Amino acid sequence: MMIRSRRHARDPLGLARALPFGLLPALVGAMALLAALAMAGAQAAQRFAEGWRSAAIDSATVLLPRGTRAESAVQRLLALPGVVAAAPADPAELAILLRPWLGEGGGPALPSIVDLTLSPGRAAEGMQAAVAAAVPGAVLEPHGPWAGQVAALAQGVQWLALAVLALVAVVAAAVVAVGAGAGLAARRDAIVLLHEWGAADGQIAGRFARRLGFLAGSGAMVGVALALPALALLARLAPGREIDWAALGGIVPWAWLVAVPLAAWVLGWAVAQLVLRRWLRRLP
Amino acid sequence: MLRFIDVGLRYPGAPNAAAPNAAAPDAAAPNAAAPNAAADVLRGLRFTLEPGSFTWLLGASGAGKSSLLRLMGLSLRPTTGQMDVLGLRVGTASRSALAATRRRIATVYQDFRLLPYLSVADNVALPLRLAGRAEASLQPDVAEMLDWVGLDHRAAARPATLSGGEQQRAAIARAVVGRPDVLLADEPTGNLDATQARRLMVLLIELHRLGTTVVVATHSEELPQRHPAPCLILHDGRISRGGPP
Repeated sequence: MMIRSRRHARDPLGLARALPFGLLPALVGAMALLAALAMAGAQAAQRFAEGWRSAAIDSATVLLPRGTRAESAVQRLLALPGVVAAAPADPAELAILLRPWLGEGGGPALPSIVDLTLSPGRAAEGMQAAVAAAVPGAVLEPHGPWAGQVAALAQGVQWLALAVLALVAVVAAAVVAVGAGAGLAARRDAIVLLHEWGAADGQIAGRFARRLGFLAGSGAMVGVALALPALALLARLAPGREIDWAALGGIVPWAWLVAVPLAAWVLGWAVAQLVLRRWLRRLP
Repeated sequence: MLRFIDVGLRYPGAPNAAAPNAAAPDAAAPNAAAPNAAADVLRGLRFTLEPGSFTWLLGASGAGKSSLLRLMGLSLRPTTGQMDVLGLRVGTASRSALAATRRRIATVYQDFRLLPYLSVADNVALPLRLAGRAEASLQPDVAEMLDWVGLDHRAAARPATLSGGEQQRAAIARAVVGRPDVLLADEPTGNLDATQARRLMVLLIELHRLGTTVVVATHSEELPQRHPAPCLILHDGRISRGGPP
């Protein structure tokens, strides 16, 4: 007959109306979007740093003195232990790289440069003397130091992302706490009545927790979904790439993104439990 | 059984109030509370209500009837004294034990306190749901109670659309639908016409006959005379007289 059993059995506090799908999920969704971007940024920085570092760690550049023939220098450098490959840099490519500093005219005559590829684990820093002996006047510039700086920068970006995530979590928790307070204010009389009729603290707090967990989780799901186009754009900005879903796969931390709505659900649930149980302790 | 031993009550915020909601079972409490007696809503209450008894709670407005009913319903905890309700020592009981005992007590409030966002039927079904009854088993009991109080045709209505008397009847149906061990009623006939008041008294007496402990607070002198039963008379927060009316 008149008992609308399922809905009201689940919701005797009328929380669907007291805590509608509105501002709270939108705010949590915005936090989730920021979290997704921060995580993607951290992962992208880590990936790029790893790539640059692995490319740089086993390579070095040799500046040849003026008048040295590049081909003969290459032959002598290849004879050194630990050198896997040696190739003279293309002067045209060099001119393009230096154009921003030297202009179209090219400026003074550029020194000849040889790119060395070293065997894995070979420290370029210890080869200066051998290179100088093979090609007198040549200067070895190992890539390791700037690769280290890139790694430090990537780590810094990761820490920053972690800080952003922590901030986002705190703000999301505050949003849920305010939502719980609003729901509590809207249903105060009903809560007191249910308490007087024997509802346990866990029953009342559990209903709020499930509702707020659902709102936070749903909002976070929407926020993460909205972050995907931005991440696709980020993937497109990767050098030499059109919109490339494979590249997106490299930038987006999928597992973490899936975890964001789940984490938001848990956060909403836990904060609601905390707020409600604390308030319920005031009742006899 | 409800046993009160030197129970006192002072609302939080009253001058020199004891810790709010903190039960303080203390035999010497009445004397200790004496210097602030004016702030106490209830003082030195000592009585026992046997299981299955029917008791009138009488007194003028402001005498403390509603506060005493709230104490009996475990909606308040005594500031002083010792209180046993349905075998539970209130002062030392855990929150979960208190909640379980509250589920055995039902109250008809003076101001009805129906949940405005639920239908009449869902309001009546509330105690059954809190008791964990299966959804499929609710309908017959709810329908029976609504039929009994004459609200079967208003089952789907919201409380705000009911008259005061209809809300009172819905509140009564909610209170008795779960066959509580203790039924507390605060001025239950206040908004009812003579016919409905008579029907309510028949219901209360029937519940009493079935073993429910019934306590009815009223300032009416007519009801206790028409339905003689032991009574507690409150005056200025104290029981001034017990026994038959």
